[in-house]
Amino acid sequence: MHATTKDTSLTRTHAAAGEPFVWLTAMGLTLGLLMVIGLLGIILANGVPVFWPKKVYEVTLKAGAKNPVPGGGESFAGELVQTRTKRIPVLTATGEVETDQKELQYFVGNKDVYGINFAFVSRVDIEKQALPKDIYSIERMEYGDAFVYPLDLTLADGTKIEAAVNPEFPSLFADAVKASNALRDEIGHIEKKEIGRINAQINDLKVKGGETKDSLNQIAQLEAQYEKLASDARTLRQEQQAAKITFRAPNGTIKTQPISEVVGFYQPNDLGLFQKIGIFLHNIWSFLSGEPREANTEGGIFPAIFGTFVMTLLMSIAVVPFGVLAAIYMREYAKQGILVRSVRIAVNNLAGVPSIVFGVFGLGFFVYFVGGGLDRWLFSDYLPTPTFGTGGILWAALTLALMTVPVVIVATEEAISAVPRGMKEGSLACGASKWQTIQRIVLPASVPGILTGLILAMARGAGEVAPLMLVGVVKLAPSLPIDGEFPFVHLERKFMHLGFHIYDLGFQSPDSEGAKPMVFATTLLLIVLVVLLNITAIFIRERLRKKYATGAF
Amino acid sequence: MNHESAMSETSPNSLSHSSSATENSAASEENLRSDYIKICNFNFFYGSKQALFDISMDIPEREVTAFIGPSGCGKSTLLRNLNRMNDLIDGVRHEGDVIVNGQSIYDPHIEVISLRKRIGMVFQKSNPFPKSIYENIVYPLRVAGQNKKSVLDETVERSLKGAALWEEAKDRLHDSALGLSGGQMQRLCIARAIANRPEILLMDEPCSALDPIATAKVEELIHSLKKDFTIVIVTHNMQQATRCSQRTAFFYLGKLIEFDITTKVFGNPSQKQTEDYITGRFG
Repeated sequence: MHATTKDTSLTRTHAAAGEPFVWLTAMGLTLGLLMVIGLLGIILANGVPVFWPKKVYEVTLKAGAKNPVPGGGESFAGELVQTRTKRIPVLTATGEVETDQKELQYFVGNKDVYGINFAFVSRVDIEKQALPKDIYSIERMEYGDAFVYPLDLTLADGTKIEAAVNPEFPSLFADAVKASNALRDEIGHIEKKEIGRINAQINDLKVKGGETKDSLNQIAQLEAQYEKLASDARTLRQEQQAAKITFRAPNGTIKTQPISEVVGFYQPNDLGLFQKIGIFLHNIWSFLSGEPREANTEGGIFPAIFGTFVMTLLMSIAVVPFGVLAAIYMREYAKQGILVRSVRIAVNNLAGVPSIVFGVFGLGFFVYFVGGGLDRWLFSDYLPTPTFGTGGILWAALTLALMTVPVVIVATEEAISAVPRGMKEGSLACGASKWQTIQRIVLPASVPGILTGLILAMARGAGEVAPLMLVGVVKLAPSLPIDGEFPFVHLERKFMHLGFHIYDLGFQSPDSEGAKPMVFATTLLLIVLVVLLNITAIFIRERLRKKYATGAF
Repeated sequence: MNHESAMSETSPNSLSHSSSATENSAASEENLRSDYIKICNFNFFYGSKQALFDISMDIPEREVTAFIGPSGCGKSTLLRNLNRMNDLIDGVRHEGDVIVNGQSIYDPHIEVISLRKRIGMVFQKSNPFPKSIYENIVYPLRVAGQNKKSVLDETVERSLKGAALWEEAKDRLHDSALGLSGGQMQRLCIARAIANRPEILLMDEPCSALDPIATAKVEELIHSLKKDFTIVIVTHNMQQATRCSQRTAFFYLGKLIEFDITTKVFGNPSQKQTEDYITGRFG
């Protein structure tokens, strides 16, 4: 107190206290936080509303509007996507004048009718905008959503239900869709699972059995089974296609589609809050659990979630033992000197190598060399069709493990060196060998640190895309890497990945504007998945840390 | 062996079997060795720096021998050499030999692990493992491959009783050892050190981090342990040396200055340096 009152030089005290530097550090943190929050905010704000049912406007344009109604006619219906200001020439009494005009973007659906997904309309061109209660939003297998007025429903037995007359129409329509969806699942099961299995067996017999009578007999039997299943599927499909729905698009086009094309429907302008929440949750669920449709721009992304999860898990299984063993040798056994120091520097530098380089290495080493070798050795019957000699989930996981191993090594080394010397000496003094000491004392005490390394490795590995494109990720994988077919875990299979899915949707899709909501939703999901994996690892780490807390030191 | 010569070259060993060691337990045993641990012309180097100079001494069986001396005099270094704990440090080197019960600890045929099984050690800082009390005590047995529950249970009870911790710990054997108090932890470490029935117990300033009450308990414990173990204790506390030990060795600058019966070292030291140290004139 005394000293500060005597010191009258303000500037000196400020500099001495280092306050400008405190502010600087605080500013740095704030900037970082703002960027992270901003990014997450954008993703959240764009990703979550994708699932919320929006109102569908029926828009009637003035005669002579600049942008005509898509598909002809006077009006169209669509969800409002965004409003933006544009400087466009407007015809006035004195000629064309450049003015700022509001331009509205609508998602119009009905791609089969209009040929486009979006309509851009100037506000001045709009005659009227209405929210018709009886408009339906129908989700279809192909051509995306349709915003239409249903006219009638023809059931499989030929009964015709007029939408305008019969008040039962919505519930009957819903029943028909439900029945068709059940049939679709059944057909899917037959075609994918059973026929797939028989195909695999036939293929196997052809390769292994050659031309022997026995195998030819078996093949004939299997082919008979195949024929039966295929005809079952055909019958089911016919049954599914029997019922039909006829509807009218807002521009007057009338179209009839089999119910089998319909996935679901709702009346967007006639929903209560709870119905909206129900549809919201249903949409999220079908996004999470469904298979992708239409070049991935519609449907769910379950295979990508599953692929990402399995690959990250495989990577963790590979990277932890590898990294931990290397770290133990470097810290406990190797003679500390120039060699170990340079190895350590090399390991740290490895973390800075561009990931695509790891991808190229993975392709050359794992896929062509190791995989090719495995194929020649174990799967020579199947050649020239590669089994392991092509990209697959195992090679992708190993490539990423190689990429993230420096993180684990560094974290493990730090954890090992943090184990108190007294504890190691205590163990040795009890007559334990060095390896027993490492195994029973050092490793358990460094598990929390090792898990920290694993968390960092997972966060990096799960979000990585570039190397995966070379070693096994695909746009659309026909089957999951783990399924009910023997041997259940198929490490050689190609897989889908959320990160690649984002890239593919956003930049490789034929309709990237239409895929934009999916890109945001997928990004959000990838972030959620990484966060979930991390939280799990952190949870385990905290429990272990409590167990091995070395409070005595 | 050069047993006889060792007897003659070191200070009065004829009196070495001091009262307590013999009266307690030696009834069944024949005569106890007076050179149970025999240190012969021992030199020790940390890199190029010599830490111990030509030390020769005989430590008798089932007695408490105290090492005293100012910090850095080499007493801990010598103690840690007795179970070859110093091997862990890079760049150390020794000359001379240490013979325990007739066998050199540097004999290439002897495994350092089996040596350490015979020689328990208690450290300055208590170092319980982050495991339960039970697992701490059975650790030396488990690393030796003993996993039979009855043996382990019996060991835990015997060791905890031996370390005077049984009453306090018997109801919480499976709780973490890190929940014990400082004094209890040190006694747990003693219990762990005696669990596998070593022959020798080395104690490196076992009470320096303890309060007086815990210290008294550990000293009592040392007193009761000496009937079963040969104990070597390093201490900074001269009262402790007088209270616990039968023999005292005074070290100074890496040299053994004086080694004799405790009462003689403290009552009538033969060397001037010893007298200066114990009367507090330096150190």
